[in-house]
Amino acid sequence: MTSFGRPLTRNEDPRLLRGEALFVDDVELPGLLHVAFFRSPHAHARLLSIDVEAAKARPGVVAVVTAADLGEYWQPGPLLVPPPPVPGMVFHQRCQVPLVRDTARHVGEPVVMVLAESRYIAEDAVGDILVEWETLPAVGDLEAALQPDAPLVHDDLDSNIAARVHQARGDYAAAARAAHLVLKRRFIYDRGASIPMETRGVVASWDPRADRLTVWDTTQAPVVIRNGLAAMLGLSERQVRVVAPNIGGGFGPKMMMFYPEEVLIPWAAMRLGRPVKWIEDRLEHFFATTHERSQIHDAEIALDAEGKILGVRDVFLHDTGAYDPYGLTVPLNSQCTLLGCYVVPAYDSLFTAVFTNRTLVTPYRGAGRQHGVFVMERLLDMAARALGLDRAEIRRRNFIAPDAFPFDQDVIYQDFSRLSYDSGNYEPILDKALHAIGYDDFLARVQPAARAEGRALGIGLVCYVEGTGIGPYEGARVQVQGSGKVSLVTGIGSQGQGHATAFAQVVAEQLGVDIRDVEVVTGDTDQFQWGVGTFASRGAVVAGSAAHEAAKVVRQKVLKTAAAHFECAEEDLVLADGKVHVAGVPDHAITLGKLAGLANPMRGAVTPGTEPGLEATSYFGPASGATASGVHAMLVEIDRATLKPTILDYVVVHDCGTVINPLILAGQIHGGVAQGIGNAFFEKLEWDSEGQLLNASLADYLIPTALDVPRMRLDHTVTPSPLNPLGVKGAGEAGAIPVGALFAQAIEDALDLPAQGIEIREMPLGPSRLWEITQGG
Amino acid sequence: MKPGPFEWQAPDSLEAALALKARHGEAARFLAGGQSLVPAMNFRVAQPAVLVDLNRVAALDFCQFDADGTLRIGAMARYRRIERDAAVAARVPILVEALAEVAHPQIRTRGTLGGNLSHADPASEMPAVMLALDARFRLRRAGGERVVAAADFFLGPLATVLAEDEMLAEVIIPPLPSGSGTAFLEVARRRGDYAMMGVAAVLRRGPDGRCAEARIALCSAGPTPMAAPRASEALIGRGLNAESFAEAAALAVTEIAPMGSVQASPTYQRHLAGVLVGRALSLAAERAA
Amino acid sequence: MKITIRVNGVGYTRDVEPRLLLSDFLRHEIGLTGTHVGCEHGVCGACTILWDGEPARSCLAFAVQAEGHEISTVEGLAPGPGKLNPLQQAFQDAHGLQCGYCTPGMLMTLTAFLAENPHPDEAQIREALSGNLCRCTGYQHIVDAVLRVAAA
Repeated sequence: MTSFGRPLTRNEDPRLLRGEALFVDDVELPGLLHVAFFRSPHAHARLLSIDVEAAKARPGVVAVVTAADLGEYWQPGPLLVPPPPVPGMVFHQRCQVPLVRDTARHVGEPVVMVLAESRYIAEDAVGDILVEWETLPAVGDLEAALQPDAPLVHDDLDSNIAARVHQARGDYAAAARAAHLVLKRRFIYDRGASIPMETRGVVASWDPRADRLTVWDTTQAPVVIRNGLAAMLGLSERQVRVVAPNIGGGFGPKMMMFYPEEVLIPWAAMRLGRPVKWIEDRLEHFFATTHERSQIHDAEIALDAEGKILGVRDVFLHDTGAYDPYGLTVPLNSQCTLLGCYVVPAYDSLFTAVFTNRTLVTPYRGAGRQHGVFVMERLLDMAARALGLDRAEIRRRNFIAPDAFPFDQDVIYQDFSRLSYDSGNYEPILDKALHAIGYDDFLARVQPAARAEGRALGIGLVCYVEGTGIGPYEGARVQVQGSGKVSLVTGIGSQGQGHATAFAQVVAEQLGVDIRDVEVVTGDTDQFQWGVGTFASRGAVVAGSAAHEAAKVVRQKVLKTAAAHFECAEEDLVLADGKVHVAGVPDHAITLGKLAGLANPMRGAVTPGTEPGLEATSYFGPASGATASGVHAMLVEIDRATLKPTILDYVVVHDCGTVINPLILAGQIHGGVAQGIGNAFFEKLEWDSEGQLLNASLADYLIPTALDVPRMRLDHTVTPSPLNPLGVKGAGEAGAIPVGALFAQAIEDALDLPAQGIEIREMPLGPSRLWEITQGG
Repeated sequence: MKPGPFEWQAPDSLEAALALKARHGEAARFLAGGQSLVPAMNFRVAQPAVLVDLNRVAALDFCQFDADGTLRIGAMARYRRIERDAAVAARVPILVEALAEVAHPQIRTRGTLGGNLSHADPASEMPAVMLALDARFRLRRAGGERVVAAADFFLGPLATVLAEDEMLAEVIIPPLPSGSGTAFLEVARRRGDYAMMGVAAVLRRGPDGRCAEARIALCSAGPTPMAAPRASEALIGRGLNAESFAEAAALAVTEIAPMGSVQASPTYQRHLAGVLVGRALSLAAERAA
Repeated sequence: MKITIRVNGVGYTRDVEPRLLLSDFLRHEIGLTGTHVGCEHGVCGACTILWDGEPARSCLAFAVQAEGHEISTVEGLAPGPGKLNPLQQAFQDAHGLQCGYCTPGMLMTLTAFLAENPHPDEAQIREALSGNLCRCTGYQHIVDAVLRVAAA
């Protein structure tokens, strides 16, 4: 029975459930040293002097390292993603440094590295370090940052502008002149953090006899880390092994590279000749792991009298934090994803990325897409009201028609290709969602009845697209082992997405084996040399397709070897249950393991032009990304007195093309929605005017609990992607993307705010802020 | 986030514990359940040189009623023990109702009432409940003791009348007379979080059906747990109805001094106080037989 | 100082500093790395263990305090090598874990919860889970896993 497309349980679970799976902090090595950092207590300050003598003298301290000690190794990090090829674009590259040498630009920037016999002692020694600072005014507010007299985050620039990108097509000014209705609004999306349950960590060990460095790293991109470390440390790539073992959640910030600690720990291990471990603690995590979200949009939409969009103009500010090594991925995603499921004839979008004295901003689940969705969906809600149209209807009228695909959006996307939606069919998704949530009945009957009782019930309904599965490439090697088991190796790591199961299903489909007999290895550069990383909802699409292609080649090799064994034609063979037999003669079967042995003979000769073994390596690189889409709908009740919301029902209808494993897919959607709820309702990083973070603990920065996430009901439509052999699209970020827009709409509806002239134009939105808004604040 | 070094002392008698505290003074901290102190030590905002661990002092672990109905709770009685005590649930139900809002079971397994009260976090539920119950605290020191009213115990955020050598050893809760009803309500961002606002209300319905006694106290409402005496007094002799509750709620809002937090502005906190005082009084009146 | 702590029925004797957290003792002194550490301030629940059968945060106790008590960790749940107990099996069957980092703490909390309340409804399960944070699953499949056990 085929395994592809079935809700199979996961291969990786038993070890995780027994507490046997290896995470980075589980690595123990003889002589291991432990690292703690002295980090900048100031958002912006000039470093005057450092006194580490007391720290060095503390028993158990082995080394204390400042920027000066790094010598030529001290270099700003590489630019991970260069700016896009957009004409007229401005981009100032300012990358993070390993240790502060002159100026600290955000709280938590590492200044001194302490290595000691235990983490406890290392933290003691951090307390011994004396640093003199000249504090400088901090930049936090995006608009203030652009004032002529604003303090400069990088004083070699003449402003805090990190980048400016203008993309336009059509004639927005003409569209606005011709419009029946033009609406202009300001929208704010504030900062949050990804908060994986496992913080970051790095363990490095230099083996002088093997002349090799091994690094265990909580990274989403082990191969790229391997290549970069080799270059920085003057090693060849074969001398460096990077292992990303089980990773306790990634969500994007573990894709950022190179974090200062990633550069420093391997260096220290080589320098001291002892293995070194650094595990980020939760306090450090709030400052040292990248954030996302702050943007301010001034957007306008032009529509005709029937509610058809004529054009959209958007000018927005994007907070990139103190440095911009990840380029413009997040604001580009915002810029492109704003277009959504809709035909927008004229689009004019200008963003300015702004340096601030805050932790760096890099992609976090959704990666800027939710901002675009928030702006567009809110504009449509407001337009619908102004035009007396139903919320669902205005969306329906503007959907890209199913026969219009591939649909060229004529803007440059995060992968630098021209954004083109590969396939989609949006109306069936909307209809399913409307039906599932009971939209018509709610508006006609449920809501009026509730209002008559004084209850505040509201409904939300928003649409979105998600660009997924971008290039450049991933690879996979499939091999039949002598045991008859099949191994699949790929370069990307897994942070909980179930690769060991989904990829096994892809391979099992070709090789006729049970998925439990497919051993998937991910995230070890000694096992696979090439790859990019797990990000942008691309694992299943790109690495999954590579696995599929490799498995197909191995299938041919299996059949060829078996045909020689049975002295029959390949077409007469049946491959199933880990064995091959001649059709109609199931009793005379040969196992895959035996065939692997035949393909790797001890005597005789391998025929010229062939290779030993039942093995193949394939690579897959899509020309552009696959565009998934969906609709979320929600019923919410608000306590009118306290303004606390309760989600009564939550529906997701989603189209991510062909589904490999519905159980894993559901888990991805559930988790995304939970993070979306957090980002919409709970999670806002709060700062004071000095750039100090006020809620740097899990008691103060609130992520949703089991009581805050409702039971979700899921449905799917399937519009396969033509861009890859499996027809799949990514699904990792879909759950999180539309939730802010959904909350805003549902809360407005529940409290009937528009009738009072109140609109919700900001996220995240807790009850305290909502109360202020309802009071006219 | 590892604690700094300290000298660990784990006496098994109250006398030994008090003697250690007397000897080390402010260099020493008592370690009760550790659910507030240990996180503070992990963040290194607390770095006591000596920890006097009370977890082996069996004499402090009790929760029992006197013949007259007075409830006595030792400083080391764990929250889980108190909330599972059927007699407490029947006779002082507000304790159990409020304990359900204190963090999570994993914290209440080790957390103690004495430790919580001594920590004096104004956002914490138990100090406000103690005010509403008119509790008294027995403070012990080597060779002496005194009893103070809960209302006199709390001085400010994380500050109490405890002297350097003193320990809050016992909580004394007077019996609730017949006709009493109690309620604890709070609004927190998530279950188990510190409240943005919390209200403890104790009422007694007199033979005439009118309010004979009332005590309202609030948490997250100021630098200490905040009593609302004027709101409470305004209820005496009044009918237990929406009108008197609304008046009391309006008064209570004027008696608090919420300081705001990242979760709630002071104005929103005041708004919540008004809502919750009204709701808590109404619930307490419903429960007042 | 030298202490002996019983974990999953086995006594471990080690020489430790008083300040060593129980979580670090379990993970780094005796190699039981199944107990995870997520916040070290008692909020996330990843380090939840059973202390004399009751769920507690191992990051908020010092190892020296555990002498004389019975500590249980995730490594003690399975009935034998390579096996899963019914709760663990339900987690796999219902896809109740993704990255698996919070899972040991979830399992320990639920072990104590189900011992006290073998047939909970969904609301009770969500309440019981509210002291353990998960960032991957949105909790729904975890709740489903517990409902499976509750129905068995």
